[in-house]
Amino acid sequence: MRFGFSFMLGATLTGLVILGGLLAPWLAHFDPVLDADLMNAELPPDWTYWFGTDAQGRDVYSRILYGAQISLTVGIVSQLINTAIGVTLGMSGAYWGGWWDDLVNGLTNVMLAIPSLIFALAVMAVLGPGLISLLIALGLTNWSWTCRIARSSTLSLKSLGYVQAAQTLGYGDTRIMFTQILPNIMGPVLVMATLGMGSAVLSEAALSFLGLGIQPPFPSWGSMLTDARQLIQLAPWTAIFPGLAIFLAVLGFNLLGDGLRDILDPHMRARKS
Amino acid sequence: MTPLLEVRNLQLGLTRSGLGHALIKDVSFDIMPGETYGLVGESGSGKSITSLAIIGLLKKPLGILGGQINFRGQDLLALSRREMRSMRGRRIAMVFQEPMTALNPLATVGRQIAEMYVLHQGKGWQEAERAAVDALASVRVPNPERRARDYPHQMSGGLRQRVMIAMALACKPDLLIADEPTTALDVTVQAEVLKLIKELCASLGTAVLFISHDLGVIAEMCQRVGVMYDGCLVEENETAALFANPLHDYTKGLLGALPRMGSRLEHGRRRLVDIDSVIKDRSVLTATRFIVPRPSGAA
Amino acid sequence: MLRFVVRRILQIIPTIAVVALLIFVIFSVVPGTFASSLFSDGKRAADPQLMARLNEQFGLDKPVHERFAAYISDLARLDLGTSFRTRRPVLELINDRMWASLQLAIAAMVFAIVIAVPLGFLAALRPGSVLDSLTMVGAVSGLSLPQFWLGLLLMYVFALKLNLLPSFGYGDGSLRHLILPAVTLGVTPLALLARTTRAGVLDVLNADFVRTAHSKGLSEAQVIRRHVARNALVLIITTVGLLFGSLIGQAVVIEKLFAWPGIGSLLVDSVSMRDIPVVQGTILVIVLWFLVINTAVDVVYAFIDPRIKQG
Repeated sequence: MRFGFSFMLGATLTGLVILGGLLAPWLAHFDPVLDADLMNAELPPDWTYWFGTDAQGRDVYSRILYGAQISLTVGIVSQLINTAIGVTLGMSGAYWGGWWDDLVNGLTNVMLAIPSLIFALAVMAVLGPGLISLLIALGLTNWSWTCRIARSSTLSLKSLGYVQAAQTLGYGDTRIMFTQILPNIMGPVLVMATLGMGSAVLSEAALSFLGLGIQPPFPSWGSMLTDARQLIQLAPWTAIFPGLAIFLAVLGFNLLGDGLRDILDPHMRARKS
Repeated sequence: MTPLLEVRNLQLGLTRSGLGHALIKDVSFDIMPGETYGLVGESGSGKSITSLAIIGLLKKPLGILGGQINFRGQDLLALSRREMRSMRGRRIAMVFQEPMTALNPLATVGRQIAEMYVLHQGKGWQEAERAAVDALASVRVPNPERRARDYPHQMSGGLRQRVMIAMALACKPDLLIADEPTTALDVTVQAEVLKLIKELCASLGTAVLFISHDLGVIAEMCQRVGVMYDGCLVEENETAALFANPLHDYTKGLLGALPRMGSRLEHGRRRLVDIDSVIKDRSVLTATRFIVPRPSGAA
Repeated sequence: MLRFVVRRILQIIPTIAVVALLIFVIFSVVPGTFASSLFSDGKRAADPQLMARLNEQFGLDKPVHERFAAYISDLARLDLGTSFRTRRPVLELINDRMWASLQLAIAAMVFAIVIAVPLGFLAALRPGSVLDSLTMVGAVSGLSLPQFWLGLLLMYVFALKLNLLPSFGYGDGSLRHLILPAVTLGVTPLALLARTTRAGVLDVLNADFVRTAHSKGLSEAQVIRRHVARNALVLIITTVGLLFGSLIGQAVVIEKLFAWPGIGSLLVDSVSMRDIPVVQGTILVIVLWFLVINTAVDVVYAFIDPRIKQG
């Protein structure tokens, strides 16, 4: 059946990445950082080193498994922050209207005008490299679409009279927002968050690739590719496998997001990614 | 006199499913030249897809499963795509239900009418656009020269439907299919548009296949009426005779559901009748037919 | 129409002002300064006297509000400041690099449009066909692809293995140098554009006015040319504009990978050197680029779609 083919495939891929990250200590053959051995540097894939070894003789397969932990942490935490900011601003803006709504709207437009990778780059420049900086940078810079969607969904709920009905029952504003509005706008917000995880994983890889994200020797997929850039002619496997990992993880999130969208609202066709 | 359009045992439905589930099971009717023939029935009875089959615009999973559609003695179903295309617009034209969305939002209405003259009469665009202004005047659009340069969004629903009519009648077709042309309009505008269709088609000698679920409109417009139910034409008669003396249970039900002027709904003896209270068993409905033959020699 | 254009252009100003403010706020909380970063590699011991002199020279010893006032008055005179590192005006540095970036972005966009629009169109005309399925699978894959990884692989295959194209650099500015970075940068917009084109054309094909066009007796080709194409174009142009604007954000990574001398690589280098005036200036220019293109799109849009001018 066509019911959610992309959902199923996306869930499978995402599931594999999550399992790989969680079970890394048991699945990995070597320590991702400590097991460096220059004698074994740049070995092609074989039965011991499934994906070959890098310039320091570390097992690429093990590093990719541990790298999944970083990508997942960045994807999930940054989207939690983004969603919290976007939903709070969008929902309250639409609910209260007035100057607050104008402010939210203006801020959203400004955020939309700054390419999110550039903004993240600027924040990273200020905070310096590292995991915490990445979480903050990617969590603060990608909430504008979520905010827009939360705002417009809330507006349309308001026009349906939900809010007035709740107000006549004597509910307070916060209670109305969290019990009446939030559950009803959760669908599209969830879709945005899932798609956002994909782009966060991509941004993390890009920033780490530029040397601004996760610092060596920790195994981020992006920083593995930075090293691979120097090695590509001698050891192409050091470039192929981490990139493949990023691709499959992001593909998983994207398919999951598309699939969720189809399930939650068959009429809402893919327009924006 | 031979009929302009003969629909014979038309059957259509989903062509792709192996079962060939028919949505139109058996429909036959004739339309004489210049006649206005009404097709009534509740929504889902198959009026609209019957009309789309006649003009050859059925969309893909839907297709014709059997029967014949003869137009001026020619079997339309046997025509090539190219031949059918030259029929559309020139000999058979159509006005749709939704005037708000039936016109291209990015072209002026003048140009959209002019397209008919360019396509079917080989006129150049300039000449065609002048003809379009005349066409707008003929459907009584005020200020036709200025209005021809308007885009659809600048017009009211009633005006747009007039544009649709001007477009459909541009090439003086033999048959106009009007699919619920006034359903989306205000009641006052509705009357004007109906009058327009009636008068213009009478003066051009164009026959009309008038589709509606509104019996009042049908009574006003049509000489003869066919009643459709569940993909079948279950009763056909002269309009006056049908209203005075419905024979089929379903027709009785339809007429019973019509509020009458002067009847008090709650207290009076006359009550609005729910169709299902008249018809006990819907499955027997399609088995009975009351087709009153057209009086020969007349019409 | 003219009023519409002027209004849209004037709308850029407040946005850019807020962005400038935002950038200043972000960078005024910077803990390390350029001067201290000179010694951050630990090879030399920090020299407090030299640092104090540098800070004074760049005005970094003054309080925030004075620096802000200076920043704004400079900006109003279109002065983006002076680079800490090269001592050259930021505007000049950006101007040197702008053309390479534009070249890359335009080439990438052309590559994306030329393939994506026909592909999306054909896919929509035959929904469910092999071509359609391939397009959709290709599109979601293209969206998930880390571009710099694709660039790395292309570099490996076409430059290092097949020796067909130069692996990096601007060279003499010839097309040969442009191909790999442009294709790499164009893949994501290609995927997005193919997807939007398909969705947009499908929407239009199902519109009532297309049925009307068929009822007039127009051929399939005429209906598509006269009625479908123009309506689908509205969505396509909007998407192209949005993508073109955001392209420069993604270009940062690609420029760095291919050592392309654009403002993207300027930004990355300046970030790692903490050359704050250049970082601020580059980001402002990138945002301005984005806003100008969006405005241009809105104006083009208004020319195509008569419904816009009204509002």
